[in-house]
Amino acid sequence: MGYRSKTAVLGLLSIVLILVFVFYDVGANWQYILSKRTMKVLAIVLTGGAIAFSTVIFQTITNNRILTPNIMGLDSLYLLIQTIIVFLLGSVTLTQMDNNVHFLMTVGLMVIFALLLYKFLFSGQDRSIYFLLLIGIICGTFFDSFSSFMQVLIDPNEFQIVQDRMFASFNNIKTDLLLVASLLIALVSFYFMPFMKYLDVLAMGREHAINLGVEYDYVVKRLLVIVAVLISIATALVGPITFLGLLVVNVTYEFLKTYRHSFLIIGSIFIAIIALVGGQFVVERIFAFSTTLSVILNFVGGIYFIYLLLKENKSW
Amino acid sequence: MVMVKSVSKKYGEKKVIENVSVKIKKGKITSFIGPNGAGKSTLLSMISRLIENDEGEIYIDNQNIKKSKSNQLAKKISILKQSNHINLKLTIRELVSFGRFPYSKGRLTEEDWKYVDEAIRYMDLEEIQYKYLDELSGGQRQRAFIAMVIAQDTEYILLDEPLNNLDMKHSVQIMKTLRRLVDELGKTVVIVIHDINFASVYSDYIVALKDGKIVREGATHEMINREVLREIYDMDMQIQEDMNCNKICLYFA
Repeated sequence: MGYRSKTAVLGLLSIVLILVFVFYDVGANWQYILSKRTMKVLAIVLTGGAIAFSTVIFQTITNNRILTPNIMGLDSLYLLIQTIIVFLLGSVTLTQMDNNVHFLMTVGLMVIFALLLYKFLFSGQDRSIYFLLLIGIICGTFFDSFSSFMQVLIDPNEFQIVQDRMFASFNNIKTDLLLVASLLIALVSFYFMPFMKYLDVLAMGREHAINLGVEYDYVVKRLLVIVAVLISIATALVGPITFLGLLVVNVTYEFLKTYRHSFLIIGSIFIAIIALVGGQFVVERIFAFSTTLSVILNFVGGIYFIYLLLKENKSW
Repeated sequence: MVMVKSVSKKYGEKKVIENVSVKIKKGKITSFIGPNGAGKSTLLSMISRLIENDEGEIYIDNQNIKKSKSNQLAKKISILKQSNHINLKLTIRELVSFGRFPYSKGRLTEEDWKYVDEAIRYMDLEEIQYKYLDELSGGQRQRAFIAMVIAQDTEYILLDEPLNNLDMKHSVQIMKTLRRLVDELGKTVVIVIHDINFASVYSDYIVALKDGKIVREGATHEMINREVLREIYDMDMQIQEDMNCNKICLYFA
């Protein structure tokens, strides 16, 4: 089976899963349930899509299959922002804040941080992409330590509110954010279109890309901005979940066995939808909400990550 | 013609290339030789815009490369570095088709595929063109990358140690191909090479670098000379002629 038909199968499977998720056991109060579930599925599709999409781009730019964009510290920054709000203004402010304001503020801060990081990186000369990652890791660790420092100081009841934000969850998605999030993602995708053709060449590495006439710095900078915006949107929507990207994108590479990014991106978005919608279905119907999807994803993802490391280790 | 005008490059405080000027003639094989750390690869990378020069200017056919569009340059000059580790699942044919990117931006036309087929035939890869890169031997892999450069169809072809890690048979094969590229297709080839005898037998012109400067340059028969080589490498070599009147340097003992 070629990668084209495989992608088609994935697309079909995700549509079927979405339909099952929405229509399974609707019951008598179907109008209410349907609209609620549609919103939830929409949020899952947006988040999964954004994360898969940005992870494919990020791994291509860095030429590394075991990195995810959260290495730049965006997840940690998200938690830091939440902790600071609770620490300084109290949990009431966080819970009562208008969702759209909170969303835009969080996304804005994360994007500004990423831009500052890039600005700092690209203003000097001859700095490699790995230098950016190193700075990202250091910033991320700093944000983490700073957050846990404040979390220790605050009232335990307040901490509960922060803890609630530490794990991604699709159970209480704020549906009023969906419109803003979809608009933002649509805008970013539109901005991305002209860069699509460069991805296959960028995957060959910097030197080959320049040799083949790609304006490397120009293109990579813009792609990194796209990655930062997408990750920020996804994180602000449901919480830190970028680990999903590693899982989904690697499964896509193994499954499709192609280098063509047009198919890799679409395929990984479908696999993300399958994993998230399917996983959420299992969480709701089998575990009866006793756990959250992100816990399962981190568990499965962690095992897969170790497997990847062992496998890469062998191939040397 | 490639013209390098008083170019310098520093890594931190260390000057790796210092005020180098050189002209590379069309339709010839030019070899850059010199001891390790002389700056040969750096010079080659600067000519091909992989790294920026700090001072000086580089012109390709009278066009300053800093003021040219990267995509336009990609149709004029191509570079192949010594380490070509690609972790993509690519067949030889797909790799070679990447050479057409500057022209077609990934949507290859029928004409582009003609160039790809020709390049594959030229490098004698037809039988293995559907094999994946990770299934190839070092020699086959190097030939596949050279085929990509041929498909790119540039006037200037720059190669950084193309014989690195190849055995004698494959080395000769590659050098003969480069010679054919110049003699049959009229390309201009510039190589960085460590084996002085390959430089002697196959190149038209030799540029010798040492400590970031050009110590000597000239036609091959002038350069392969005891005094000149002592100046470049600080060692004594015997020079003999083989049956085909090629000058061979003996330096093993």
